[in-house]
Amino acid sequence: MNQPLTPLPMVQRRPETPSQTGGPYVHIGLAPQQAGFDIFENNFGNVLVTDDTRGERITLEGRVFDGSGTPVRDVLIEIWQANADGKYAHPGDNQDKDVDPSFRGWGRTGGDFDTGVYTFETIKPGAVPGNNGRTQAPHVLMVLFARGINVGLHTRLYFDDETDANAADPLLSSIEWEVRRDTLIAKRSERDGKPVYTLDIRLQDTPDGGRETVFLDI
Amino acid sequence: MSIAGRSAYGEFVERDHTQHPPALTPGYRTSVLRSPRNALISPRNTVSEKTAPLITARELGELDNDLILNFAHGGLPIGERIIMHGYVRDEFGNPVKGAFVEAWQANAGGRYRHKKDSYHLAPIDPNFGGCGRMLTDDNGYYFFRTIKPGPYPWGNSTNAWRPAHIHFSIMGDGWAQRLITQSYFEGDPLIEQCPIAATIPSRDQVRSLIAQADTANDAPFDARAYRFDITLRGRRATFFENA
Repeated sequence: MNQPLTPLPMVQRRPETPSQTGGPYVHIGLAPQQAGFDIFENNFGNVLVTDDTRGERITLEGRVFDGSGTPVRDVLIEIWQANADGKYAHPGDNQDKDVDPSFRGWGRTGGDFDTGVYTFETIKPGAVPGNNGRTQAPHVLMVLFARGINVGLHTRLYFDDETDANAADPLLSSIEWEVRRDTLIAKRSERDGKPVYTLDIRLQDTPDGGRETVFLDI
Repeated sequence: MSIAGRSAYGEFVERDHTQHPPALTPGYRTSVLRSPRNALISPRNTVSEKTAPLITARELGELDNDLILNFAHGGLPIGERIIMHGYVRDEFGNPVKGAFVEAWQANAGGRYRHKKDSYHLAPIDPNFGGCGRMLTDDNGYYFFRTIKPGPYPWGNSTNAWRPAHIHFSIMGDGWAQRLITQSYFEGDPLIEQCPIAATIPSRDQVRSLIAQADTANDAPFDARAYRFDITLRGRRATFFENA
């Protein structure tokens, strides 16, 4: 007997490869000099700028804390950001703005093995478009990998001297719990005449009263 | 850029968390104090999440994907010579071109070249570094050669041993695809006992991390081959712009 003419099953999506922790020795692969040896001619690190890069030089720094308030000293952090004009160095950004040839927008670093402090030397990004004609406040995307973290944790860093832009930012203003929004906003200070933005990240609430950082399912 | 009138840079299909480990997995003890207690927040993709850094071939060295030679100081490393290869595709089967694949691992005895590794009973191999990197070609294909890593004891419990594994980091075409994972080896009995592998909720997803012996691609009298394919998030087609 003939089979009824129903469509063949649709080709299904393959499941994404499951994540696993980066483990305590993530530096071997992603920051071998920090692991203690020199192997590649060209290393990818935490300095995103050269002399030619356009924009205001800034330092981003902070620490990552676990639920006991102890710094996560084996964390590996990467950042991704637009240039000073708010343009990403990638063909998927179709804005009519120039890419800065001396700014890739990506950096990575490990927390210091003694103090847990992370540092990036970069520029302050310009505002980038959001969806539906809205504008996003200047921000830096961050992702955290470490022993004990099964799936990389995504978050964003915003700037505390961008009060109006932050108030209008689609993502920040979509966080229903207003008390949590501050966990994404870095504080500006000056050191040796250079601007430094500090953002501590808390994987859970800490005993000193620190609030858990907002993490994103991007 | 467009493919037959549709945007090639649409939003990513949302991550299916049932296919991944949850953050809190008490069997893997370190996760207890390092897992958020709040739920993740899901914003819509913007240009920020749909783009990613571009790594170019001229930034990489000729031996960067050859772990047998890239740290050899006057001799070859000791251990089982293997070739790892496979394809990086997205959920819809499209090749991910130019993906930046990085790999790191212990040596044949299970010892990592890392200043914090405490497994000093197994010695460092002076001719083995343990890391490599490469870009996928236009078919999403990657390959590297290395020494098969040994199992490794760790402090999760007093007699916990990791199966032989190679850590992988993949940077695809969008920040939302950023992935770190581990590949295991076919037939290793330690996989069943591993609390880290067991953080993955389904057995099929654990199986997807097991590199398969690929005897047809063995290099005779030289190296065995293992096949390990990787799937990243897929992009939804944007047939009409939002307007």
